Amino acid sequence: MTFRKYLVLAGVTVFAAAGDSMLSHGMKQTGSISIHHLQGVISAVLNPWVAVGIVLLLAFFASYMNALSWADLTYVLPATSLGYVLLALVAKFFLHEQVSPLRWMGIALISGGVSFVAGGPALTAHSHPEAEEEREEVISAAAGGAKR
Amino acid sequence: MNGLYTWSGILVVVFFSVVGDVVLARAMKQVGDVHEVWRRDGLWAVVGRTLGNPNFFFGVAAMALAFFSLLFALSWGDVSLVAPAAASLTFIGNAFAAKFFLHEKVDRRRWIAAILVAGGVALLAG
Repeated sequence: MTFRKYLVLAGVTVFAAAGDSMLSHGMKQTGSISIHHLQGVISAVLNPWVAVGIVLLLAFFASYMNALSWADLTYVLPATSLGYVLLALVAKFFLHEQVSPLRWMGIALISGGVSFVAGGPALTAHSHPEAEEEREEVISAAAGGAKR
Repeated sequence: MNGLYTWSGILVVVFFSVVGDVVLARAMKQVGDVHEVWRRDGLWAVVGRTLGNPNFFFGVAAMALAFFSLLFALSWGDVSLVAPAAASLTFIGNAFAAKFFLHEKVDRRRWIAAILVAGGVALLAG
């Protein structure tokens, strides 16, 4: 794990949480959308909060795909769940909302789960044929080198 | 009856989310470590290899289906049940699917993590 890879995981967490909360804030301003009033979608997208929210969610998707290219799905997913914790902390310390004991328990469970996974290896999958071939090539090259 | 509708809606959401996550994870493993591809062949190689991968599109399509089925499920049941139930069951489903379809080594450490996170998400949103 390099510093850059930790940055990507942080991006997954922060962009998802920030994007979701901006979308929800913007959608509360524009009001509900129904199938009979599809023009509501256009005014929703033109709302600056919604627009920035969409850009942030695109950034989330890019960092999520980036992370999945070098880490297991079961390694990346707990990192995405840290976003929920982030949202609760923002609600408590910036928006001064009440965070119930049940929610604090949820935060503790998620943080515990994330620390369990973070202690282990990022990539364990090994049965991909291409990766396997590459590994064998490396091993045989190393063996060949040793013989020589 | 309404409960049955809501729970089948939730299961459909979970199914498409898990399929989407697993297929996207497979697609990005086929693309390869994007940091290395970027350094070796440049940014456009990363974009080209990702958009040229059929699994990427299957994954995005499954994610879109998950999103629309979530909208339906939300119209049948309360958001306070549907959103946390779908999110936490997706974590458990992904752990199974990653083990069987992606051959990730889901050891005891990761099972415990999946269960803790699923429980935590359910508590947070509940």
